[in-house]
Amino acid sequence: MIELGQVAHLDASYDLVVIGAGPAGLACAAQASAGGARTLLVDENAAPGGQIYRSVGATPLRARRDILGADYWTGEELASSFAASGAAYLAGATVWQVSPEREIGLSKDGSARLIDARHVVMATGALERPFPIPGWTQPGVMTAGAAQILLKTAGATATGRVVLAGSGPLLWLIAAQSLAAGRSFSAILDTTPKANWTAALAHLPSFLASPYLAKGLKLLRRVRREIAVVSGVTALEAEGDGRLERVRYVAGGETRTIGADHLFLHQGVTPNVNMASAAGCELVWDDLQLCWRPKADAWGRTSVPGIAVAGDGAGIAGAEAAALRGSLAALDALDALGLLPGDEKTRRAAPLRKTLARYDRGRGFLDALYRPAKSFRTADGDTIACRCEEVTGGQIRAAVADLHVAGPNQLKSFLRCGMGPCQGRLCGLTVSETIADARGVSPADVGYYRLRSPVKPITLAEIATLDQTEADVKAVARG
Amino acid sequence: MTGADVLVIGGGLHGCSAALHLALKGVAVTLVEKDYVGRHASGVNAGGVRRLGRALPEIPLSVASMELWRRIEELTDDDCGFESHGQIKIAESEEDLAKCRARRAAVMEAGFAHEEIIGQDELRALAPAVSDHCVGGLISRGDGAALPFRTVQAFRNKAARLGTRIIEGVAVRGVARSGGIWTATLADGRRLQAPVVVNSAGAWADRFAAAVGEPVPLEAVAPMLMITERRAPFLTPVVGAMSRTLSFKQFPNGTTLIGGGYLGRADPDRNVAAVDVRALAENARTVRDLFPVMRDAQIVRAWAGIEARTPDGLPVIGPSATEPGLLHSFGYSLHGFQLGPIVGSLLAELIVHGRTNLPIEPFSIARFAAGRPA
Repeated sequence: MIELGQVAHLDASYDLVVIGAGPAGLACAAQASAGGARTLLVDENAAPGGQIYRSVGATPLRARRDILGADYWTGEELASSFAASGAAYLAGATVWQVSPEREIGLSKDGSARLIDARHVVMATGALERPFPIPGWTQPGVMTAGAAQILLKTAGATATGRVVLAGSGPLLWLIAAQSLAAGRSFSAILDTTPKANWTAALAHLPSFLASPYLAKGLKLLRRVRREIAVVSGVTALEAEGDGRLERVRYVAGGETRTIGADHLFLHQGVTPNVNMASAAGCELVWDDLQLCWRPKADAWGRTSVPGIAVAGDGAGIAGAEAAALRGSLAALDALDALGLLPGDEKTRRAAPLRKTLARYDRGRGFLDALYRPAKSFRTADGDTIACRCEEVTGGQIRAAVADLHVAGPNQLKSFLRCGMGPCQGRLCGLTVSETIADARGVSPADVGYYRLRSPVKPITLAEIATLDQTEADVKAVARG
Repeated sequence: MTGADVLVIGGGLHGCSAALHLALKGVAVTLVEKDYVGRHASGVNAGGVRRLGRALPEIPLSVASMELWRRIEELTDDDCGFESHGQIKIAESEEDLAKCRARRAAVMEAGFAHEEIIGQDELRALAPAVSDHCVGGLISRGDGAALPFRTVQAFRNKAARLGTRIIEGVAVRGVARSGGIWTATLADGRRLQAPVVVNSAGAWADRFAAAVGEPVPLEAVAPMLMITERRAPFLTPVVGAMSRTLSFKQFPNGTTLIGGGYLGRADPDRNVAAVDVRALAENARTVRDLFPVMRDAQIVRAWAGIEARTPDGLPVIGPSATEPGLLHSFGYSLHGFQLGPIVGSLLAELIVHGRTNLPIEPFSIARFAAGRPA
């Protein structure tokens, strides 16, 4: 791997640009580079690993490998095989544009640059699903994923009374990692809808044969042994005067409160689709995983020629599957670049697909079991949906009822929601689902924010550094 | 088959304003919009309410429109977010100042006094964050800005309250005249009839004109805008520059808007426009040069709207040159928003009274007829 210090060191074009250095991006870049493609891996973080293997080469917890669990350390292998590859690597950079013509806009340390790619693989990973409960924006409430980042990068855990609420495999992993780091929780409020078990049982046979079962049971046992778990939680509220003081919840029809200094919320992850969407890739609504994902074939190819997606950004399937899908995308890119003879691509993909199928087998059960309840996915009344512009669920529902707003883009014009600094990354799902709920239709009929570059904020001075061409000055001189 | 007195094609500001002024005169209007009202140019433009720097033939309309903007709440029951803190074109050099003086003289010659010269001190007083190298400028003190989407909705809603029938999300597939009656066929198969049609279809207006045998050279363009994060208040007037392409302003919520006419890529067939970041870089350099305080401002959004531009930069306003009962109102790229209120009013006058006192000859579609210079 050749680490580049600044955007000026980038070539004007690459055979393949991989965006995101999580498991999918690392596997893809390493494999493509080994196959002879001139490859660039560009990433936001300072070191490889993505979210799942964040700081895998640099965490202060290296001496205590047990805390983060064996799965975390498999990231080391991916990172080291990438390090041994010939790919170029730009860390700490922001990709703020990928155009349908594969022109990539990126910046690092205040300088911006536009480069071209013959192929692009977006491995932009997942975001935590929004969890819009009353009071979720006040100090003291954060996502469990953010708490996990503190643990991985700084070895830090919260002090005081901490309540963990929500559902999903990651919730139990975070609980287990915190316990191992010596930090317990006052309670875990499990919001998994009890009715989900019926739907999940249909997937039980394949789950039993999947690698997830043993890991899952081990996690659950460890956590339940040490922390009080309240299951069947149907309502949650973060209460306090200026900062969190207590959590009010409903379980089994009864309302209770629990004192808390911190509330960590988590109800699964969803694909980070903004970059793909802004590049013009068609999105589809996944009604099982309750999220948008780019429409893609078995190689990750999207609706835009030359742009592929891999990893959780292409649909949630976990870290192991992400690395496999990264490799498949690399094979496809190598084939398209003319670097693989005959049907070498299919031949080399076969064992990867076999392993991938093992992981896919278990997903149906997890997806069905951890489908969050609608009341936790949509906003109502005074509950904030868009944090940047402070737009409430009630306002969104009123706009649908009174102004006949049909979708998120029209809503932007009326309420400004999705127009703040996060550019809809945090509220997009909540807004689509709340409009759909108010209209009584599927989010598929409501659509998603129409996104454009820059997909990440960039400063005026950065954009001003882009080289000037003659076309720039051919503009109309009118205000 | 349903009928109305007037059928308006296109729910931008110009279509909605025509509908509102017709409804005020008791005319039964049906307005058909293929997307939703304000979806394109009218809803996503910079919102400049500007007489400053207008082409001379447009000044009488622009000045008359400003009178309507001053009582916009009376007209639409909504203040449309209109604020009047002036518009300034900044002079960065003595040559720029000479250009300001020449422009001021030309406007005076045409009989108008709203454009004035200001020196460096007054420029600094009005825009304290302006760069030291700026030496003065041209100002139109009564100009300002409004919120585009809110404005077009206000016109739409008032027209609807007065009885206008508004059909959104359905395109007009074709129009044809038989005797004195136009029949419009909608995408959902419905047919609408009216003796009068107003073609205010924006970047799609040339298709309707061509369909009735009156082709017109119209280009779909996609001017771009950028929005930054919120900044502490530092600017109330809308700012441009004498020798550079710029429209720059700060909203009451602290966000700033950067535009002026750098073009992205318009794709009217697919109903979308794409941003061209290279062109935005020049726009960013201009703001950085004129307002150094903006260097570290984060751009959070950029977009492009689909607008219609004629070869001479003037809009097409008024009766068809070939078809009775057809009026046009389009081709306003980058300068149509402020004209919305008055053009709707004069179209209503033309339809109801057969005449208007405003000078609209320079905007006649006949100027593009075969054999005439384009």
